[in-house]
Amino acid sequence: MNANTATMTDSGIPPGKTGTWWFLASEIPVFGGLIASYIVVRLGSAGWGEASSHLNFTLALINTFLLLTSSMTVVMAHAASQENNYRSVANFLGLTVLLGLGFLGVKAVEYTTEIAHGFTPAAGIFWSFYYGMTGLHGLHVLAGIIVNIVLWIGALKGSLARHGHRVELAGLYWHFVDIVWLFLFPLLYLA
Amino acid sequence: MLNWFPENVSTFGGEVDGIFWLIFYITTVWFFITEGLIVYFAFRYRRKPGEKAAYVLGNTTAELAWILVPLAIVVVLDLWIDIRGAAVWANIKGERPAADITVRAMGKQFNWEFTYPGPDGKFGTEDDLKIDNDLHVPVGKVVHVVLTSKDVIHSFFLPHARLKQDVVPGREIPAWFQISKPGEYEIPCAELCGFGHSGMNGKLYALSTEDYEKWVKEKWPPEK
Amino acid sequence: MSEELGYWRSRVFSTDHKVIAKQYLSLGLFWALMGGATAYLIRWQIAHPDTEAPGWGFIAPDFYNMLVTMHGTIMVFFVAMPILLAAFGNFLIPLMIGAKDMAFPRLNMLSFWVFFLASVVLMASFFVPGGAAAAGWTGYPPLSAKMEYTGVGWGMNLWLLALALEFASFLLGGVNFLTTAMNMRAPGLTWFRLPVIVWMQLTAAVIFMLSVGPLIAGAVMLLMDRLIGTTFFLPEGGGEPLLWQHLFWFFGHPEVYVILLPGLGIVVDVISVFSRKPVFAYRPIIYSTIVAGFMSFIVWAHHQFISGIDPRLAMPFSITTIIISVPFAFVIFSIIATLWRASITFSAAMLFALGSLGVFIFGGLTGIFNGSAPVDIYIHDTYFVVAHFHYTLFSVVFFGSFAGLYFWFPKMFGRMMNEALGKIHFWLTFIFFNAVFIPMHLVGLRGMMRRIANPMQYEFLKPLEPLNMFITLSAILLLVSQVVFVINFFMSLARGKAAERNPWQANTLEWTTDSPPPHGNFAAVPSVYRGPYEYSSPESAEDWLPQDRPLTASRTAVR
Ligand SMILES: [Cu+2]
Ligand SMILES: [Cu+2]
Repeated sequence: MNANTATMTDSGIPPGKTGTWWFLASEIPVFGGLIASYIVVRLGSAGWGEASSHLNFTLALINTFLLLTSSMTVVMAHAASQENNYRSVANFLGLTVLLGLGFLGVKAVEYTTEIAHGFTPAAGIFWSFYYGMTGLHGLHVLAGIIVNIVLWIGALKGSLARHGHRVELAGLYWHFVDIVWLFLFPLLYLA
Repeated sequence: MLNWFPENVSTFGGEVDGIFWLIFYITTVWFFITEGLIVYFAFRYRRKPGEKAAYVLGNTTAELAWILVPLAIVVVLDLWIDIRGAAVWANIKGERPAADITVRAMGKQFNWEFTYPGPDGKFGTEDDLKIDNDLHVPVGKVVHVVLTSKDVIHSFFLPHARLKQDVVPGREIPAWFQISKPGEYEIPCAELCGFGHSGMNGKLYALSTEDYEKWVKEKWPPEK
Repeated sequence: MSEELGYWRSRVFSTDHKVIAKQYLSLGLFWALMGGATAYLIRWQIAHPDTEAPGWGFIAPDFYNMLVTMHGTIMVFFVAMPILLAAFGNFLIPLMIGAKDMAFPRLNMLSFWVFFLASVVLMASFFVPGGAAAAGWTGYPPLSAKMEYTGVGWGMNLWLLALALEFASFLLGGVNFLTTAMNMRAPGLTWFRLPVIVWMQLTAAVIFMLSVGPLIAGAVMLLMDRLIGTTFFLPEGGGEPLLWQHLFWFFGHPEVYVILLPGLGIVVDVISVFSRKPVFAYRPIIYSTIVAGFMSFIVWAHHQFISGIDPRLAMPFSITTIIISVPFAFVIFSIIATLWRASITFSAAMLFALGSLGVFIFGGLTGIFNGSAPVDIYIHDTYFVVAHFHYTLFSVVFFGSFAGLYFWFPKMFGRMMNEALGKIHFWLTFIFFNAVFIPMHLVGLRGMMRRIANPMQYEFLKPLEPLNMFITLSAILLLVSQVVFVINFFMSLARGKAAERNPWQANTLEWTTDSPPPHGNFAAVPSVYRGPYEYSSPESAEDWLPQDRPLTASRTAVR
C-alpha cells in the first residue's frame, strides 16, 4: 500500500467493500421490481393459488436448506481466511460451490418435471413469473458459484492469500442471493 | 395564440383550456422574471477593468431570503394550479354523468371499430351495429365510450373535445364527452401502434338531435 | 509510465480514467452524429411527407417508426449518458478530488468495453432482417412484445440486449464513482469542499443505481415474452401491458435527473469561474438536488395520467410532480443569484452555460403544463411534450456538454480551443435551437400527435404544413451549425495554442496539474484548504484562491 492511498482513504471502509455494498444496493431494486410486479399483478387477478399448487414444495424446501447451509459455509470460509488458514478456506469454498450446484441441480429437476406436465413458461401468468423470478435468481446463483470457484482455485494455489478480503466480498454477494431466495420461496411456493 | 387551439366543441374542453391559460400566465411571468434577470445581470455585471466581483456566499438568512421568498411564491402557485386542476380532472376522468347513449370503441391495427347496441339497447346481441371509423353522436347529449383494444395500445383522441384516453388490450376503459356544436371532427390515434399508426383516424359526426334520429332510423337494423 | 505500456494498453485497453473518459466522449460524439442523422430524416419526412429525403431516399412508415425509436434511444442512452456521466464523470472525479485514478481502474475499463459492446449490438440491430426496434424509445408492449405487431424481429431483441448491456455498464461505473469519491479524496477535501459537479455526478449515480433495477427486470421479462412465450405483458395470457409502463417510468423519470444533474453541475461550475464569484448557496444547492433526486422516485405516473391507470392516482402524482419544481427552482434562483454583482467574462464556455440555464428554465416552465393532469389530457403524446423535453434535455445534454467541453478541453487535450469559433458555434446553436423548438410547442398545441409519419393525413393538421417546414429548415441549420464545432474541435486538437495548467484561473484541483495531466495525475498528493469557489475572496489579492494553496504561504506556494 503506498502513501498515496493510505492518506486518502477516509471513509474507513476499504474500497472493495464499499464497492460491493453499492453493487448490492443496485441489485436489490432488480429483484424488488420483480417481486413488486408479481405482487401487484397477482392481487389484480385470480387463479394463482391453483397454479402454485402444482409446484414441488418438498424440493423447494430442500433447496432452501441447501442455500441456508451454504450461507453458513461461506461465513466459515471468511473466518478461516481471517486466520490465514487457506486450506480450510478452500474446503469451505468447495463445499459452498457444491451446495450451490446442488441447488441448481434440484432446480433443474423441478423445471423438467414441470415442463413435462405442460407447465411451460407460456402456460400462463403465474408460470411467467415463476420462471422469470427463479430463472433470474438461478443466474445469480450461477454467477456466485463461478466467483466461488475462482476463489477456490486461488485458495488451492495459494494466490488467494494476498487478496484474503475477496472471500468476504464474495460472501456478501452469496448472502444476498440467499436472502432473495428467502423472499421467492414463500411468495411462489406458499402463497 | 388565443385562436391557436382547435376550436373547442365539448362541454369540458373550456375547463381544460382554462387551466392551460392559468399555467400559461403564471409561467410567462416567471419566464420574464428569470430570463430577464439573467440578461440584465449579464450586461450589468460584465467584466470591467479594476472591478472585483462581490464576495457573496449566500449562506446568511438575509441573503437566502432573496431565494426563499420567491420559492414560497412558487409553492403557493403550484398548489393553486393543482387545486384548480384537480376539479377539472375529476370532472373529465372521475365520476361520469349518466349516459344518454353508450358506444363501444375498439382500437385495432389500424382502425377504430365503433359498436352501437342496436334497437334492443344491449351490447353483444345480434342487432348490434358495427361501423369502422365513423362515430355518430347527438349534440348536447352525454356520450359514454367504452374503450377496448384488439391488439396493441392505441389512444382515443378527440382534439376538438380536449379528450384523450389510451386504449389498452385486456381492459375496458370508460370515457365520456358531450359535444356542444354540430360538425365533423377527427378522431386520430395518439399512441404509436405500428406502421399504420400515422393515418389511423376516425371521424366524429356530431349531429343535431333530429339528424341523429334520422341517422338512427336509416342505419340501425329494424327492431324485432 | 504510459510509454512502457505500449499502444494497446495505453490507448485502447487503458485503465487510465482520462483515456477512458476520452473513449466515452468519442463514442458518445459518434452516436450524436447518428442521433442527428435520424433527427434529419424524421424532420424531412414530417415537412415533406413521402418525398425523397436528400442524401437518403424515401422513408417508409415502418422505417419512420424505427427512426423515432432509435433517435430517442440513441440520444438518451448513447449520447447523454456516455458524455455527461461517463466522459465528464470519469475525467473530472479523480482529478477534482486529487486522486491518481478511479478506485477500480480495471472495472472502469470493463465498464467502457461493456458499453462499447452495447453500441455494437445497437448498431447491428439496424442490419438484421426486419430492421431495428420500432416500438418507440419507451418500447410499450404489446407492440414491442410480439413480432407480428411491428414486423420487427431480432431488431427489438437486440434493442433490449443493448439497453441491458448499457445499464450493466453504468451500474459498474456508478459503483466506481461512488467508491472513488468516498475513499480517495485528498487530505482536507471534506464532502462540502467538493465541486458541485462532483456532487451532481454522485447524486446522479445513486439515483441511477436505485432506479434502474426494476427496468432491468422489465427488460428481462419483455425479452422472455418475445423469446420463450411468457405473457408478462400480454393480456391474452393474463399479463398486464401497463406493468411495463410502471417499470419503465419508475426508472424513466429519475433517468431524466441522472442526465440533468451532471449537466447542471457543469453549468454551476462554469458560471462560478467566469463570474469570478462563489456559487450562491452552495450547500443548499446540494441538499436541493438530493431532495429532488429522491422525489424523482414518486412522480413516475405523470407519464401515465391517461394510460388507463386508476384516475384517482392522477392527482397525487400531479402534486408530487408540480412540487418537484420547488427544489429545482431553488437551484435555478441560486445560479441566477450567483450572477448578481459578478464580474462576467463571456467565453464560449460561459455562453453555453448561460444558454443552458436560459433554455432549461423554459423547459422547466413548460413542464408545469405536462405535470398538470387536466392539461395533460390534451397535450399528452403531442408535439408540445416533444418540444418540452427537448428544452430540458437539449439544454443539459448539448448546451451543458458544450460548456464543459469548451471549459475542460485544455485540460483534456493540452490545447486551447478557438474562442471566436466557439462563440459563433454558440450563437448559431442558440438561435436555431429556439427556431426549431419554440414553433414545435405551437404545433403541439394545435394537437399534432407524436410519431405520426405524415401530418397531411389529418384535416385538422393540414394548416401546420408551413410551420413544420420552417421547423425542419431550422433543424437542418441547427445540425449544420455543429460543423463549426467539429472543425474547431479537430483544428484545436491538431494545432491549438498549447494550454497552461490553469488557463481560466480556476480554483479546483484539476487545474493544479499539467494540461493534460500525466498518468497518475498529480506529482504529489494535493492538500486542500478550502472550498472550490473562493473567487474574489477578501483573503486573496487576486480574484481567485485555489483549493490547495495554504494562505500563509500563498505568495511562495506557486509550483
Ligand atoms: Cu392506433
Ligand atoms: Cu417524468
